[in-house]
Amino acid sequence: MTYIPISPAERDAMLKTVGVKSLDDLFEAVPARHRFPKLDLPPALTEMEAAAHLGEMAASNENVRQDLISFLGAGAYNHYVPSVVDHILRRGEFYTAYTPYQPEISQGTLQAIFEYQSLMASLTGMEVSNASHYDGATATAEAVNLAYAQFRGKRKKIVMSPSVHPQYRQVIRTYTQAMGLEEAGDDSARHEDGPEALISLFDENTMIVIVQYPDFFGRIYDLAQVINAAHEKGALVCVVANPTALLMLKSPGDMGADIVVGEAQPFGIPLWYGGPYLGFFTTRKSYVHKMAGRLVGETVDVRGNRSYVLTLTAREQHIKRERATSNICTNQGLLALGCSVYMSVLGKQGLQEVANLCYQKAHYAAAELSKIKSFGLCHPEPFFHEFVLCTPKPASEVNQYLLDHGVLGGYDLGADYPDMQNHLLVAVTEMNSKEEIDTLVELLKEM
Amino acid sequence: MATIIEPTIFELSSPGRRGVKMPASDVPEMALPPKEFLRSELPLPELAEVDVVRHYMSLSKMNYSVDSGFYPLGSCTMKYNPKINEDTCRLPGFLFTHPLQPIETVQGNLALMFEMQEWLKEISGFAGVTLQPAAGAHGEFTGVLMMAAYHKLRGDTKRTKMLIPDAAHGTNPASVGMLGMQVVTIPSDARGNVDLRALESACDDTVAGMMLTNPNTLGMFDENIEKVVALVKDCGALMYGDGANLNALLGIVRPGDLGFDVMHFNLHKTFSVPHGGGGPGSGPVGVSQRLVDFLPSPLVGILEESEGDMAPLYGFVTPKNTIGRMKAFHGHFGGGLVRSYTYIAMHGPDGLKDISQYAVLNANYLQARLRDTYKIPFDRICMHEFVMEGKFEGSDVRALDISKRLMDFNFHPPTNYFPLIVSEALMIEPTETENKDTLDRFADALIKIAEEAKTQPDLLHNAPITTKFGRMDEVKAARELVLCCWLPENYEQMA
Repeated sequence: MTYIPISPAERDAMLKTVGVKSLDDLFEAVPARHRFPKLDLPPALTEMEAAAHLGEMAASNENVRQDLISFLGAGAYNHYVPSVVDHILRRGEFYTAYTPYQPEISQGTLQAIFEYQSLMASLTGMEVSNASHYDGATATAEAVNLAYAQFRGKRKKIVMSPSVHPQYRQVIRTYTQAMGLEEAGDDSARHEDGPEALISLFDENTMIVIVQYPDFFGRIYDLAQVINAAHEKGALVCVVANPTALLMLKSPGDMGADIVVGEAQPFGIPLWYGGPYLGFFTTRKSYVHKMAGRLVGETVDVRGNRSYVLTLTAREQHIKRERATSNICTNQGLLALGCSVYMSVLGKQGLQEVANLCYQKAHYAAAELSKIKSFGLCHPEPFFHEFVLCTPKPASEVNQYLLDHGVLGGYDLGADYPDMQNHLLVAVTEMNSKEEIDTLVELLKEM
Repeated sequence: MATIIEPTIFELSSPGRRGVKMPASDVPEMALPPKEFLRSELPLPELAEVDVVRHYMSLSKMNYSVDSGFYPLGSCTMKYNPKINEDTCRLPGFLFTHPLQPIETVQGNLALMFEMQEWLKEISGFAGVTLQPAAGAHGEFTGVLMMAAYHKLRGDTKRTKMLIPDAAHGTNPASVGMLGMQVVTIPSDARGNVDLRALESACDDTVAGMMLTNPNTLGMFDENIEKVVALVKDCGALMYGDGANLNALLGIVRPGDLGFDVMHFNLHKTFSVPHGGGGPGSGPVGVSQRLVDFLPSPLVGILEESEGDMAPLYGFVTPKNTIGRMKAFHGHFGGGLVRSYTYIAMHGPDGLKDISQYAVLNANYLQARLRDTYKIPFDRICMHEFVMEGKFEGSDVRALDISKRLMDFNFHPPTNYFPLIVSEALMIEPTETENKDTLDRFADALIKIAEEAKTQPDLLHNAPITTKFGRMDEVKAARELVLCCWLPENYEQMA
């Protein structure tokens, strides 16, 4: 009866109105031999007991704020979240509402999503944004669906850089396994290549080119040349971008991208062991009808008030069913709100400060680490807040040694790239103090 | 010009205004990348913290929510979201763990995920569960991919059809469409069950499976469910269960026991993850023995069994014929799994059964109170929701008008115009967390509205009248397609 607000007397009165004798009588349509199974689950906890139990489980982890110094990134980043963000997210008016199907009484959610769309379009240099996807990986997979629909299935080739996040590439493969597509470029052995190496793979059958910016190894390239080359063959270009990097770097929209997607977790969303996060998806207005996901548009109500509604719903599953652009139904509404609050409360200057701190500290770390004998930066290209450190021993051994000293050294690239066993992907954010960076350097010196 | 009730954050921006500041850098200054890599402008708002708080507070007041009132949105299970879940999911040990940390540093997370897999298996009667899918539709896609992979591995390549009842959620055919399979629609019979004859004639060796919501979107438990499952299985196809309506079945019946092969859970419906204005949800998927090897990777498993006082070592395992990865990392852990875990732990087996019994009682009580006023096309004992017609003979009042008028009584409207097989449908799902008084006030309001439909229909056509906003011009929104706003100084360049 934990959250059921009905007294026994009320229950009996209601049963009488319904015309049955007991609660069990309501289930006669259920096959008798399977009705009322005994569930083998632990007995109910009270709130006090549940709080203690969950507290113990949480405390048995080692976390990156209280227990460990972390240089782990690889698609999820440890950033400071201003206090205001969670205060707003804890408003029941936001978190206990559903998809704004009834706009008269959902303008809060609708305007917040409209503002989120505007913020993401401004950041990426694009014209439109949808109301969000599950995460960066699924947003990227939906970009493939957009391209497939754009060419009505007549173009079947994806060209994907091996320096797109390995898990994103896996998700794209899962999503498209029944579509009979041709894949090119995604060769883990070619990880040293820059984006221009993809150009020779573009042809008239290419529907989409997918590159990451900064790439999975943290490298920054000017993508204009690869984008132009793709456009010459009529293909679309999807750039998977890190939003923090976009605060400092030239936007993909500026370089001519057709679709910009990515993981907005760095903008106000906790690490939370991998989710829920927030996939952003922005594009040019000409592709809006092929875009998946919910969209909020501006309008007026009958009283002449500026207001917002879900729009272009004819693309969606509840109308088009099997011909819909995607089966997507929910968005990540609450996290899109969190992302907007994060961007608003830091504002243009605060966000620039975050980006600058990430850049400065990462470059300090890179400079100090590369001074250590037999360590060095693996790549000469410019980077933002993540870089690959070449290690004299396998990165897995380096990580184990660092973990023994309370440090998460970074991501062991050998897990995804067989010939990168001695490569450690190191991420540095504003959360890493100089002292932490110096600790990492000292530990590696002593190794 | 339209009246602006609340300016956008872009309109509220004032150049030079500051919100939260970052600390000064504590490292020596490093050179920036060459200028050609840098952006020349960052057109984002500039506000003070108090501006931001007042703006979002103002927006929050324009929302209707479960915390503010009755939200009987059919098929969405808008139950009360316990506050303790908001605290447990924000424990620092959960908030600040990175998804790629070594497993020995996150045994608490992995134990929670492992137990959650086990609990969902026990609740549903399935042999395996993946926690990876991010939402119901994502779970459906996962399930359909596994069904396709199962037939493919057996070399049974001619199975390209999916049977879907006419009452199904739109996500079912859309998920099937993503695989390029063909949808065959199966009608419902006069009692709201699957039409057995139509099913029998559609079922052959070209059918990959059937996707069935049970109870269906009419709120009816299929009285022939065992025959339906047997028919589908006899032709070598797999049975998919849409778990959207699981709130009716906890401790009542297990879909796995009924012979289903795969089902997605909606943790945001059944297990109290708040709906968040549209998400994030969470859509784990359960499967029968014959599909366990096809589950997405990775799953959480026990790598080393417990010994004496030592807890087992949890880690990740990859199923033999896995369809692959559905999303980055491990599913909606913090905001989804931790909240649902807390909820299930606090209910236990008896509490879960209470949930479904009272959800079904509340729906039947409302149905009984409204039966004499509104036509209920499939009128028998319903499960957790029911569907009635929002129209009256000789009146031009429609389901939409009734829905809008309910706002004037401070209720959220039911789902309307769904399922498609009921004309002017109003689909009402009260959930178990409403008391009798609320249900009575809601029934009284609907009875009064039926009276108004006869005596003053314009009141309904013009509703809502007491809310801050009236009906919206949706045609204008779609035609003009204003999807973004910009800083005032950038407007001409961007718009």
